[in-house]
Amino acid sequence: MSSTPSSVENSGEQNAIAVTGHEPGAAGQEPVLSVRHLRVEFPTRHGTLVALDDVSFDIAPGEVLGVVGESGAGKSMTGNAVIRLLEPPGRIAEGEVHLSGRRIDDLPEERFVPLRGRHIGMIFQDPLTSLNPLFSVGDQLIETIRTHLPMNEREAREEALKLLREVGIPAPENRLDSYPHQFSGGMRQRVVIALALAARPEFIIADEPTTALDVSVQAQILALLKRLCADHGTAVMLVTHDMGVIAETADRVAVMYAGRLIEIGPVDEVVRNPQHPYTKGLMASIPGIEKRLERLYQIEGSMPRLAAIPAGCAFNPRCPHAQERCRVQRPDLMPAEGSLAACWLHDPVDPLPPRRGEAGEEMAHVR
Amino acid sequence: MCADTAMQQTPPATAGQADILLEAHDLARYFDVSKPWLNRVIERSERLTLKAVDGVGFSIRRGETLSLVGESGCGKSTVARLVVGLYGLTRGRLVFDGEDISDLASRTGRQTASVRKRFQMIFQDPYASLNPLWRVGTIIGEPLRFFRPEMSAADRHRRVGELLEQVGMSAPDANRYPHEFSGGQRQRISIARALANEPEFMICDEPTSALDVSVQAQILNLMRDLQDEYGLTYLFISHDMAVVKHMSDRIAVMYLGRIAEIAPAEQLFANAHHPYSKMLLEAVPSLEGAGKERTTIQGEVPNPVHPPSGCAFHPRCPHANARCKAEVPRLITRSDGSEVACHGVEEGRLP
Amino acid sequence: MSQEVDKRNSVANIAPTRPGRLRTFLESDIVYSWKRQPVVILATLVTLVMFAAALFAPWIAPQNPFDPGQLDLIDAFTPPMTTSEFTGNFYLLGSDSQGRDVFSAILYGSRISLLVGFAAVIFALVMGTALGLLAGFRGGWRDALIMRIADVQLTFPSILMALLIFGVIRGFLPRSMHAEVAIIVLIIAIGLSDWVQYARAVRGATMVEKSKEYVQAARVIGLPARKILFLHILPNVLRPVLVIGTIGLALAIIAEATLSFLGVGMPATQPSLGTLIRVGQDYMFSGEWWILLFPGVALLILALSVNLLGDWLRDVLNPKLR
Repeated sequence: MSSTPSSVENSGEQNAIAVTGHEPGAAGQEPVLSVRHLRVEFPTRHGTLVALDDVSFDIAPGEVLGVVGESGAGKSMTGNAVIRLLEPPGRIAEGEVHLSGRRIDDLPEERFVPLRGRHIGMIFQDPLTSLNPLFSVGDQLIETIRTHLPMNEREAREEALKLLREVGIPAPENRLDSYPHQFSGGMRQRVVIALALAARPEFIIADEPTTALDVSVQAQILALLKRLCADHGTAVMLVTHDMGVIAETADRVAVMYAGRLIEIGPVDEVVRNPQHPYTKGLMASIPGIEKRLERLYQIEGSMPRLAAIPAGCAFNPRCPHAQERCRVQRPDLMPAEGSLAACWLHDPVDPLPPRRGEAGEEMAHVR
Repeated sequence: MCADTAMQQTPPATAGQADILLEAHDLARYFDVSKPWLNRVIERSERLTLKAVDGVGFSIRRGETLSLVGESGCGKSTVARLVVGLYGLTRGRLVFDGEDISDLASRTGRQTASVRKRFQMIFQDPYASLNPLWRVGTIIGEPLRFFRPEMSAADRHRRVGELLEQVGMSAPDANRYPHEFSGGQRQRISIARALANEPEFMICDEPTSALDVSVQAQILNLMRDLQDEYGLTYLFISHDMAVVKHMSDRIAVMYLGRIAEIAPAEQLFANAHHPYSKMLLEAVPSLEGAGKERTTIQGEVPNPVHPPSGCAFHPRCPHANARCKAEVPRLITRSDGSEVACHGVEEGRLP
Repeated sequence: MSQEVDKRNSVANIAPTRPGRLRTFLESDIVYSWKRQPVVILATLVTLVMFAAALFAPWIAPQNPFDPGQLDLIDAFTPPMTTSEFTGNFYLLGSDSQGRDVFSAILYGSRISLLVGFAAVIFALVMGTALGLLAGFRGGWRDALIMRIADVQLTFPSILMALLIFGVIRGFLPRSMHAEVAIIVLIIAIGLSDWVQYARAVRGATMVEKSKEYVQAARVIGLPARKILFLHILPNVLRPVLVIGTIGLALAIIAEATLSFLGVGMPATQPSLGTLIRVGQDYMFSGEWWILLFPGVALLILALSVNLLGDWLRDVLNPKLR
């Protein structure tokens, strides 16, 4: 099922150059997390589904990379592949994952498990999945701290109190012995953040951390996450479907579509001046609070199922600019203004002429 | 547009405005959330009442969109369900086009068909709102079979095909099952079912919050097109301020079972009065000011089983004083067309 | 690159188009799972063979064991695979003390066992589903009453319950009628002892379905509760019921055998598998082992294969395990 080695090698090579060469922000510093040509496959009885195809990105210390996309785009899959929580029969078929310069995707399971918690903190959408309902919050924090750091009970308790204070739990002395169900949704997510930070990991993966929360609480949690990670120099991979969350929190954004990374760049560039036609359409389809439009821009059709990803650029059937080449040849990430976009419009050698007068263009500019 | 919006908590029934489609007077719905009798006796716990909606009044004019917006637990979905009779009223009165429908929940069958065929509801979860065992055609045809039993099967089949095309699908889709469609397509099917009987009034309970943004845009556009085409009146429920702004003529901000502020949409976004409305607007992540620093709002929605005294928002409100803690504020109409339930605004302490 | 393109196309081609019903069924997960489990295939085949043998017993069996006129006492205790020197009858699995052909007795016996099993399951299923629907849909005191009765009944082993019910019903009937109505009494006793699990499953599923938005949509239209119950909820809660029913069939067959074995079930003149085993055990140590062994093995195989089928069905239909 895997493609010819040569073709992947080639596209990979270009990609690697592109990502490390042109990507603003990531250059210079040694990245905490480095993902190269990641490919995840799901063997099914109807054939092998490619859930992630040639995904590469870096995250620098203290940086928040927002991974955004619609359901089925592969954003959560990317996170799950990095922390090896792919649902069977999913598996990493190709590619490498490096954490602080050390390759981790080929580690045997028993050596990978200790990385979670110690080097990789995890925050999920539902705080209750990360907290054990049978133990008090303090016990869970203390246990995590003592598992990963050389501390005795008393020191660990002090550390737990410090963490709870840091994540903004009022009167932490009184809450240390409370159980998860005694906290409100927002407070629970704060506890999860404390737990994720407990062992001072260099990398945190936050998968839809605020989706289950009300807007007012969401803002609090995002601000907290952002501040703490900046203070600790923790790299964050923030997976979400919400462009607003990304715009508020991320330093850089990676946009995914049908299991591929189609645009990556600094948040201001991607949000205000998107380069890939899909990102453009996506941004234009979000109702804004500042300006009211009579109609929202709509991208016709829907994301392809994994079993039916079109040849060439996966977005071509929905793209207003699509031409013959887009239906045949898959574009790699190419420099496009301040970011990188996988679109032939930005081919440095032979750029495809954009179609004029497309609604998407105009409406994207109106915003 | 805004001069005649002057309504009090309980709009006067004598007003006789012909263009008012729905009037809600002092709606309330309490839920008994106590433990079972045996547990109460053994644990000596009290009976607990959840006042999901407690004194909500509004009216909707024909052809307009009124949105209810608020965080979880504010009672906005309960109001929607009270209006369509899924829940009975604990207190209050509902008048639909001059007809009192307060007891709708306790009546079913053909006796209520004359009213029920005039409104329909669109639900949040496109995966739960269609019977998985029925073909799409049967699902969309259900209201027709019930309201127009005289319609022949062939006519019904034709009508279902028309409806499918109206919502951007194709007539042969009628033969397929819901699981063959994506979330957005299912929501279109839901809308087609709601439209089947040419209702005047649609109650939309978070119709796009389970959908991706690009699909949301498709559905919101469709709903606007249908409104233009059929002059539909919408009661639109959402937690998303941007969606609400896009869809509404007027917006009611709810907090813990009461309305904090009702105002024309533009007015609310330009100049919200109630501190809670301001807070909600402040909390919306902005795409324009990417990375801007915001004043974050403290606190969370309290447990609605034990709401705070007085103004329920007072523990989170930076302007709360002794009166706010003691006295429940009433909606007061202001000169700019908005109605605000806030002592601070009433006293002129707040703008 | 071109190769990669080809491959994508081929994956796209596998995506289902719109096949007919049979195709859809043959390609469904159920058939796929069935084909991959030899044990399940075997269980299906064995079950089908035994069902067919029971159904067509009058045409397959060499003699009618219920008809005393066809029994030759002179052939009593003929060992298996033997042709009688007196009558010239061939006894595949031997004969018993009455000269009854064990093979024929097993065929006719499994007929009764299956009849009682099926009827008891249907009885329990209908009763449990009806009560479960009522409890789940209406809630309130009806729910409390039905579920407390169910709780109480669950604290007794179901065979004890069946024995009790059996005894009570027979107590009301004149002794002369016992043999005639034995089969009906058995069905009611086993069915009554087994409704609880259907009621519980249906009640839970009903409460889940009731709160789903498609039911609310029907209520907004104003569909009467009766129609909502039968058109929307009932078809959607039947799946767990059918699974429990399959497993329940094996249990009902065993329950029938147990009651008959204890001597309170089918009379010796109309033996079920359980009755045959009871009769056979008298000869276990006197050398006529076949009278006990063959009905016992038949019961074992029947119950086991039905049970395996039920287990498999439960796994394959349980969305959580998929």
